[in-house]
Amino acid sequence: MSFLNNVITGVSLGSIYAIIALGYTMVYGIAKMLNFAHGDVIMVGAYMCFFAVGSFSLPPAAGVLLAVAVCTVLGIAIERLAYKPLRSAPSLAVLITAIGVSYLLQNSAQLLWGADTKTFRPLVEGSLVLVPGQLSISYVAVLSIVCCVVVMITLTLFTGQTKLGKAMRACSEDKAAAQLMGIDVNATISMTFAIGSALAAIAGVLMCSAYPVLSPTTGSMPGIRAFTAAVFGGIGSVPGALLGGILLGVIETFAKAYISTDLSDAVVFAVLIVVLLVKPAGLMGKYVPEKV
Amino acid sequence: MLKVNDINVYYGAIHAIKGVSFQVNAGEVVTLIGANGAGKSTILNTVCGLLHSQTGSIEFLEQNLGSVPAHKIVERGMAHVPEGRRVFLQMSVEENLEMGAYTQPRAGIAASLERVYQQFPRLKERRKQVAGTLSGGEQQMLAMGRGLMSNPKLLMLDEPSMGLAPILVDQIFDIIRRLHQAGTTILLVEQNARMALSVADRGYVLETGKIVATGTGDELLRDAAVKKAYLGG
Repeated sequence: MSFLNNVITGVSLGSIYAIIALGYTMVYGIAKMLNFAHGDVIMVGAYMCFFAVGSFSLPPAAGVLLAVAVCTVLGIAIERLAYKPLRSAPSLAVLITAIGVSYLLQNSAQLLWGADTKTFRPLVEGSLVLVPGQLSISYVAVLSIVCCVVVMITLTLFTGQTKLGKAMRACSEDKAAAQLMGIDVNATISMTFAIGSALAAIAGVLMCSAYPVLSPTTGSMPGIRAFTAAVFGGIGSVPGALLGGILLGVIETFAKAYISTDLSDAVVFAVLIVVLLVKPAGLMGKYVPEKV
Repeated sequence: MLKVNDINVYYGAIHAIKGVSFQVNAGEVVTLIGANGAGKSTILNTVCGLLHSQTGSIEFLEQNLGSVPAHKIVERGMAHVPEGRRVFLQMSVEENLEMGAYTQPRAGIAASLERVYQQFPRLKERRKQVAGTLSGGEQQMLAMGRGLMSNPKLLMLDEPSMGLAPILVDQIFDIIRRLHQAGTTILLVEQNARMALSVADRGYVLETGKIVATGTGDELLRDAAVKKAYLGG
């Protein structure tokens, strides 16, 4: 039974990682950059929900909406102000800028909201008892898994069926050719950051509902783990982010339960190294041969 | 239809295009020929807004394209089929064609698709296939079909014969002739000078960023200097 409990915990944690990993992977796919500030957008989203529900006594749903709205705008602003001017700069400059934005967000949060740890009130409380006294699943876990499934289905339909979604795929393959088709590449990149940041807000609220502590550095570790998940699954691949996220959540939970809590991150990254040695493009990443 | 007047383009310190002027009239096939590195593709990329000229002007349908961004050019009626085809390899044939009609009203897309499929029956057979699995010749047809999806008034083709087997080159040029007969205005950039001049009404010869000769296709085919330099004696 404890095995099943661990599976449930792992999958629900992995669902949150997957939602964050999507932001990394979509932005990487289109802008070919690692947005290290993504993890901190999670933290901003969680704070928004925290204040909406805690200080202004709004219903949790309104808190989530506010978090999504603020993070969407924040994501677009970060792209416009920090990354767009560097569109043709070397990738190292963009990488360092992203790290800078990450610290800027953390320190701004510290300045605005204080460095102390706040206790986040979960969106939903209680759990669903499957076998009394032995097997239960918290409503937050159910919500995380449901959110992940809904996000995945929506994104798959969006990129596969809609005009804007297809334009996004076209941009991620070849920006100059996309421009020749009449696609506004800058607007498409903004849209990608908006979607990624909205997902980060949702993930932030779910994360803090599952592990109810909130501080300015709350986003950094989940951000790094989700980035790992994206690489694990194959960066740039949407199904890869799902697979990588879930696997990472399960491995982390199992490592905590059966090996050692202190070593769980070491185990996670050891698995990543082995996977990358065998499949350098990640589990679902692929190299497309180009015909000349 | 297209008037290019005294453009100068630089890549950093390299002066790639040195005061080039030429024009394309409605219904014509005009070709720019020249060796590797003469600046042919640079000119096309400047016309379609991917690169910018420091001087001069580019007029299309009586309107200056000076400050129009690349993604706004296609809706004005100019389609560019870039060098190396540049089809979206991970998207299906039909999705590639849909992208070609990105700026077109939804209602007209089915008719455009049907027209392109008629022009290129092979694409219809492969419409669900991912473009990366097509052969080089099929990818070229897809790139041209994608360009035609926007119902362009001017079609610019950059090295459509590059890297193709001779039989496919013949096919591509047959298609260019058919498009010409159907009234499409075409600006063709080619290294295969003999083929290009044989389909073109007029041609310009480009050497290290300058136009060094111009004339009708037949005149240039007979020109001694052009023969020696580009047609193998």
